[in-house]
Amino acid sequence: MNSLKKLTKKQLFLPIFSMILVMLINVIYDIACGQAPLSFFTITIKNGVLYGRLIDILNRGSEAAILSIGMTLVVSSSAGTDISVGSVMSLYGGMCCMLLAGYGNVNVSEYAVPLIVGIGAGLLVTCVCGLFNGFLVAYLNIQPMVATLILWSAGRAIGLLLCNSQIVYVRVPSFQHIGSYIGFMPTPIIVAAICIVVATLVLRMTALGTYIQSVGINKKASRIAGFNSAKIILMCYVICGLCAGLAGMVATSRIYSADTNNIGLNMELDAILAVALGGNSLGGGKFNLAGSIIGAYTIQAIDTTLLALGVSTAQSPVFKAIVVILIVVIQSQPAKDFFKKLTSKKNAVKEAAQA
Amino acid sequence: MKKKLALLTMMAAAVSMSAFAVQADELTTIGYAQVGHESDWRTANTQNYQDVFSEENGYELSFVDCDNDNAAQLEAVRTFINQELDYIVIAPIQSAGWDTVLQEAQDAGIPVIIADREIEADASLYDAWVGTNTTNEGITAGNWLAEYLDGAEANILVIEGSVGASAALGRTAGFNQVAEEHEEWKILDSQSGDFTQDGGQAVMESFIKSYEGQFNVVVCQNDNEAYGAMDAMDAAGITYGVDGDVILISYDATHDGLQYTLDGKINCNVECNPIQAETVKGVIEKMAAGEEYEETTLVEDQAFVAPGIESEYAVTMTQEILDGRAY
Repeated sequence: MNSLKKLTKKQLFLPIFSMILVMLINVIYDIACGQAPLSFFTITIKNGVLYGRLIDILNRGSEAAILSIGMTLVVSSSAGTDISVGSVMSLYGGMCCMLLAGYGNVNVSEYAVPLIVGIGAGLLVTCVCGLFNGFLVAYLNIQPMVATLILWSAGRAIGLLLCNSQIVYVRVPSFQHIGSYIGFMPTPIIVAAICIVVATLVLRMTALGTYIQSVGINKKASRIAGFNSAKIILMCYVICGLCAGLAGMVATSRIYSADTNNIGLNMELDAILAVALGGNSLGGGKFNLAGSIIGAYTIQAIDTTLLALGVSTAQSPVFKAIVVILIVVIQSQPAKDFFKKLTSKKNAVKEAAQA
Repeated sequence: MKKKLALLTMMAAAVSMSAFAVQADELTTIGYAQVGHESDWRTANTQNYQDVFSEENGYELSFVDCDNDNAAQLEAVRTFINQELDYIVIAPIQSAGWDTVLQEAQDAGIPVIIADREIEADASLYDAWVGTNTTNEGITAGNWLAEYLDGAEANILVIEGSVGASAALGRTAGFNQVAEEHEEWKILDSQSGDFTQDGGQAVMESFIKSYEGQFNVVVCQNDNEAYGAMDAMDAAGITYGVDGDVILISYDATHDGLQYTLDGKINCNVECNPIQAETVKGVIEKMAAGEEYEETTLVEDQAFVAPGIESEYAVTMTQEILDGRAY
C-alpha cells in the first residue's frame, strides 16, 4: 500500500498512467471482438523486421517525440511555444531533396550530391531557422508565438520554392533506409532513441537543464545571478530547430520525397500537446523531458488505437479530443486535490476504525 | 512647387493607368484558384493551365496555389474579384460553403468556371463546370474488378482520400455502387489516408495488423496513397500486383503510378484526366464570342491495366503509352 502511494506521487505517474489507459482501450476492444486480449501488445518478427502495434506507435511517434524534446526546452526557457516546427520540418525536406536531386528534377534514382551534404545542409537550414526564432524572442523580446509565426507560414513556402512547387522523389535505397529499416529495426525508432539519450545525457551531465529552468522561472533574477539569459533562450530555440530538422529527416525519408505540402503538417500542435500531456506547465520554468516524450507517444497511441478500432476518419478527431480532455482533466490540479482528499478520507476512516 | 508635384504625380498615375488599360485590352485575364500541389496529378494540372493560358495564346493567368486551405482559396477568389479579372476558374478544395463568394463574383459581373471537382452550390451562381466525374471512376474500377475476379470472392480494404473531398466521395460512391451488386464482395474497412503517401502507409500498416491474411483487394484513392500502401506491404512481406496475393487498384494514373502499373505492381489504375485547361479555354472562348456553350463538360476518363491483363473497361499498359503521355 505504501509503495503504491509512493508510486502515484511520482511526477511521471500520471503521464504513464494515461498512456496505459489509452492502450487498455485496445485490450477491451480485442476481448469484445473475440480476439486474443493482448494482440495489441504482441511484438513479433515478420519478414525479417519487427512487427506489431507497439512498434507502429514507437515508429510513427518518432517525429513527435523528437520535436517534443526541442519544444520542452523552448517552453521551459521562454514560457512560449515554437509553432514553426512543422513548417521547418517541411523546409528540411525541401532543402535536402532539392540538393540530392538537383534543382528542377522531380524524380531521381541517384544522388546529385553526397547524401551527407543533403542532410547536413537541411539540418543547417533548420538550425538557422531556430537561430532566427531565438534571436527574435531572446534579443528583440518578441512574444514567442508571434516570432515563430513568421516561419510557421514562411518555412513551408520556402520549401515549396526550393522544390519548384513539386513533389521531389529521391529513390535511392540509402536515403530510404533512414525512414524505413536498418536490419530488423525501424530506423525512426533508432533516430528518436539517439536524440532522447543525447538530450538526457546533456541535461543530466551538464548544468544546462538547471540554467534553462532558472531562466524560465525568472529571467531577470537569473541574469543578476550571472547567467546570460538571452543566450540560453537563443540556444533552446536553436536546439528546437535542430530537433525539427531531425524530425523532418525521418518524415522525408519515410516517403523518400519532399512532399512539402504535407510533411510536418500540424505537427507543432502535437509537439505542444505532448509537452502539456507530459505534465509540464506551458508557463515555463520547471520541466520534465521524460514526461513530454511519453506525451508524444501517447498521442501516437491514440492515433494508432483509432485506426485499430476502425473509427471512421470523419469521426476520429472527436474521439481524439475526448481522450485528450480526459487525460488533461486527470492531470489537472483540482482533480489531483480531489483524489488526495478521497484517499485521505479513506485513511481517516481506517485509522478511526483501528482506534 | 507643391502644385506642380501634385500635377506630375497625377499625370504619372494617368499614364500608368492608361498603360495598364492597354495591356488589359490585349490579354484576357484569368484567375485560377488551384487546390494546392498535394500530388503529381495536381502538379500536372497546374502545368497544363500555365501552358494553355500563356501570353502567346493571349491570356494573362493569375495563378494562386491555395495549399489545401479552404479559407485561403475563398480569399484568393475575392482578390480576383477585386482585381476585376475577366474570368475566374476555381478548382474547389471543399464542396460546401461557396454561395457568398460566388454571389460576389456574380454581382461584379465576372464569369466563374468551376473546374475539376464538384461543388454544392446552386448552378445559377456559376457559369460553367468542367471536370471529371469521380463517381464514374469508382464505377470503372468496380467494373474492372468484377471482370477480373470473374465471380471469385473479394475481401476489400479501401484507403480513402481526404474526408469530404469530392474525389474521395465520388470514388467511394461509385465503387460501392458496384460492390453492392456483388454478394461475394465484402468491404472489410475503409479509412482516410488524406491523399498522401505517409497517410496511405500509416493506414495500410494498421490494416495489415487488423486483417492479417483476410484481404485480397486493396483500393487506394490516389497514386500517392498507393505508394505508401506498397511500402507498408513490402515491409510486411505481402505480395501485390499481377504476380502477388493482393490486387491493387489505384486512381490518378500519374507518370509514376503508370510506371508501377507497367511493372505489374498496380493491377489497375483509373485516370482522372488532369489535362483540363484546353476544355476550359474552349468554354471561355465561346463565352467571349457570346456563343452558346456547354454548361457542364465532362473530361473523359480512362483506365489502365498491367501487362498481361485484358479488359473491356481498360487499356493494357505499354511502354509506348507511358512515353506518349504529356505528364
